[in-house]
Amino acid sequence: MGKFDNHGLKAISPLGGYEPRVDVFTGLQIREVTDRALASLAARQGSENAVKSAAASYLGGALPEPAGWGEHGVFSAWWMGPDLWMISAPHDSHELMAADLKQAVGEAGSVVEQTDGWCRFDMEGPRCFDVLERLCNANVRAGKAGDATRTSMEHLGVFLLCQAPGQVYSIIGPRSSAASLHHALVAAAKSVI
Amino acid sequence: MIINHPILGPRDFQEFTYLGDASLIDRPDWQADNAADQFHDYLYLRDNPAGEHRELWFHEQGDRSWLVVTRNTVTHEILNVELARDVARARGRSK
Repeated sequence: MGKFDNHGLKAISPLGGYEPRVDVFTGLQIREVTDRALASLAARQGSENAVKSAAASYLGGALPEPAGWGEHGVFSAWWMGPDLWMISAPHDSHELMAADLKQAVGEAGSVVEQTDGWCRFDMEGPRCFDVLERLCNANVRAGKAGDATRTSMEHLGVFLLCQAPGQVYSIIGPRSSAASLHHALVAAAKSVI
Repeated sequence: MIINHPILGPRDFQEFTYLGDASLIDRPDWQADNAADQFHDYLYLRDNPAGEHRELWFHEQGDRSWLVVTRNTVTHEILNVELARDVARARGRSK
């Protein structure tokens, strides 16, 4: 046991609970996801190809194309903007992912630890379309698995990742506004269901 | 209005914020001998055309890219959309 393991502190989720929040509706579940480590990866100018190949060998697969996300083993990654990606992995096994990723890409890219900057809610169930179309102007009904859309919900900039169209989505927003985002999701679900 | 984002395709203009004339890319050299005059013109002198106008837009509720949008100020027709970084690099602005 390390010297800092006996701190007696207990981590809380972005919504402030000791356990991730789950809200269940008929045909829809909204679940707080707290077990993912995050790090952003930006290619430095002129090193776009170097970052892509270094990241591909670290992740075990290519970085996603614009407006897309993908999974390679324990890693997932989504496109955030031109030459900018977010990398995600299980927190328990990859707490130091940002440092590892920086080692992997070297001077070609800039890496920023992002784990505690975001909150994530997974939305599952057959009513996803009805709820999401009230929350944002992303064209969810025309979407496909692997889409990553940066859009806004409740005036908050969020990422909307489609895992299964109409069935499973991840919504990632700013952690400091987790309660507002959660309120918006639940209010939209209640207005529909 | 719909802005046809060069990477993401057609997006509602409400996702964007407007900065101003695309000539803001051409920031003068602060070390030039006549820098004060150049900055005066850069800051205060703008064309105000009724017709085609090149503008800087920011995709704030999207991928956070800066765009140069060519828009007809009379009809609001959007004629061309480019990534501002490509425009800036083509003018030798980005090192």
